[in-house]
Amino acid sequence: MNNMLMSEKKLETTQTKISAKDVNVYYGDTHAIKDVNVEIPEKTVTAFIGPSGCGKSTFLRCINRMNDTIDVCRVTGDILLDAEDIYDKRVDPVQLRAKVGMVFQKPNPFPKSIYDNVAYGPRIHGLAKTKAEIDEIVEKSLRRGAIWDEVKDRLHAPGTGLSGGQQQRLCIARAVATEPEVLLMDEPCSALDPIATAQVEELIDDLRSRYSVVIVTHSMQQAARVSQKTAFFHLGNLVEFGDTSDIFTNPSDSRTESYITGRIG
Amino acid sequence: MSDATPQAPRKSSSLLSVDTQTQKRNSAENRFKNYGLIAVMAGLLALVILLTSILNNGLSSFQQSFVTIEVELPEAKLDKSGTRDLTVMSKVTTFGYAPLLTAAMQAVIEENGVEIEGLTKKEIGGFVSKDSAAQLRDFVLANPEVVGTTQSFTFLANGRIDGYYKGRVTAASAELDKNVSPAQLQLADALLDAGVLTNGFNTGFFTKGDASGQRPEAAGLGVAILGSLYMMIVVLCLALPIGVAASIYLEEFAAKNRFTDLIEVNIANLAAVPSIVFGILGLAIFINFAGLPQSAPIVGGLVLTLMTLPTIIIATRASLKSVPPSIRQAALGIGASKMQSVFHHVLPLAAPGILTGTIIGLAQALGETAPLLLIGMVAFVKEFPGAPPEGFFDPASALPVQVFNWTQRSDPAFVERASGAIIVLLVFLILMNAIAVLLRRRFERRW
Repeated sequence: MNNMLMSEKKLETTQTKISAKDVNVYYGDTHAIKDVNVEIPEKTVTAFIGPSGCGKSTFLRCINRMNDTIDVCRVTGDILLDAEDIYDKRVDPVQLRAKVGMVFQKPNPFPKSIYDNVAYGPRIHGLAKTKAEIDEIVEKSLRRGAIWDEVKDRLHAPGTGLSGGQQQRLCIARAVATEPEVLLMDEPCSALDPIATAQVEELIDDLRSRYSVVIVTHSMQQAARVSQKTAFFHLGNLVEFGDTSDIFTNPSDSRTESYITGRIG
Repeated sequence: MSDATPQAPRKSSSLLSVDTQTQKRNSAENRFKNYGLIAVMAGLLALVILLTSILNNGLSSFQQSFVTIEVELPEAKLDKSGTRDLTVMSKVTTFGYAPLLTAAMQAVIEENGVEIEGLTKKEIGGFVSKDSAAQLRDFVLANPEVVGTTQSFTFLANGRIDGYYKGRVTAASAELDKNVSPAQLQLADALLDAGVLTNGFNTGFFTKGDASGQRPEAAGLGVAILGSLYMMIVVLCLALPIGVAASIYLEEFAAKNRFTDLIEVNIANLAAVPSIVFGILGLAIFINFAGLPQSAPIVGGLVLTLMTLPTIIIATRASLKSVPPSIRQAALGIGASKMQSVFHHVLPLAAPGILTGTIIGLAQALGETAPLLLIGMVAFVKEFPGAPPEGFFDPASALPVQVFNWTQRSDPAFVERASGAIIVLLVFLILMNAIAVLLRRRFERRW
């Protein structure tokens, strides 16, 4: 499984986009993330893998401060986005989330038209003034979401009327419409069938040319297929982080090896 | 249980024959279905009985007997000065007008050649409602130029005459009744043949204010309907925004701690507080402390707002809670602020539920009587309140209180009026619920 598409997946840049230093996350008394240090490069797909409850989603949600919405959640340490601390008091999480888009596990389009789903972000961020500009953004985003051809004739039909895979690509289009710099994906394919999964994976590979993509996945095959960098989480610790090819062929930690060979997890 | 085992040997496992265990389960299920059906039927029967009894008693209140007669308005009696000076004219009281009515009635009886034995002059005068003299006086004072002419008027017939055509009064009961004589009933039949007495739709039931116990035929719901409408406006304008804002704050913004838990428990408790307690609260705060007038729709509206708020808050919070969290995350995830996510996405999805809760709360408020008794809305109010906003501070009645009021009067004609008022109240409630259903459909279909 580890030689799929590997040859064409070279890192295009080594510049760091997100850098986490000694990040700890607590849910009340539970210590969910323990001293995580990681450097996520730009224009790369980085996969977070690990068994359920290992904290990979929690860490992902720290990057756009979605954990702020949970009352009992407490984050310590620094997460730098372009060398700026996103947990600085002066940072407004709303502004941050415009820069760091997110796609969720379950497709969650708004119960509005396809057009309004995509146009909502640009509208609230004031990215477009006129109807024509919004039309342009909607088309561009839906094209990037690889769903334009399927929906161009029914832009005003409800977004929830699409199939699961289409909904997820619509959510990706919605996320890229606000021109984010980082795209976080929390198990984006777990609710999709293999065909829709393949479409979304292809899309993720395309998105790499513009954004830094961080994807949480349960599927090791998926991590191997789409990512250039992989981080393995276990029980709240970041066990190993490196090039995907290294992690899957030559893991340095015994726990990583056990996990990818199916002995734990 | 244990004796069933030897009867059900394992070998008879044919699917074509039903074993005892299955038979038992099936009959238990059928029994349960029948109990449910019986319960529903009993409920429906009670509803049918209630509706028939109310409709039987009350429908006749929408009909009324009228007498159309020509009344001479002599200047010598009504305007001694001859200058049409209103201050002089208004010195003539309704007692001055009553003889004119008697004369007019006598004239119309003679004109139609009706001769009835034992019909006294007092009985002829009492044929029309006691309210007629006041009606005549009001007309003359409003139009002084008619003095000296003869005008045609349509008066209400006396309540007993009216009751005669509704089957409440008969010749036999008139014998025993000091308010009506059999001769008057004969006169009524004769005038009906002559076309002087007519039975028509009772518009006055909706346009008139309350009337005293001696003149049930003149009593109307107008003031009560307007008072209830004013109160509903106050409740809607206060309870909806306050309730929805409080729910949104508690549900979406407030931190979950002991303090908000306490508030939550108290809101749930407030919904169960007897409504009369809110009446005492209103009396103490709005009337005694704030000095607002008694019997005013504004006070009634404020008290009902207090009473309705818990209902609206509970319904709104439930419908906010039912909006899936994924919608909030989606909005937050693309950089919407908390408020944007609530107002652009959560609130529209919760709107049908909020609307239903609000209308249920309003319907509850519309039918509430007890708290209004304590803030003086039970008073006898004949005058209409003014136009809003001043009208909110004028004395008014309310529909359920009017029903309560009329059921306490001795004249049987008021039983009919009270039932009629109940019908009106029920029609309003059905209308409100229909609006709720329609709006909910519209909202759900919108997208």
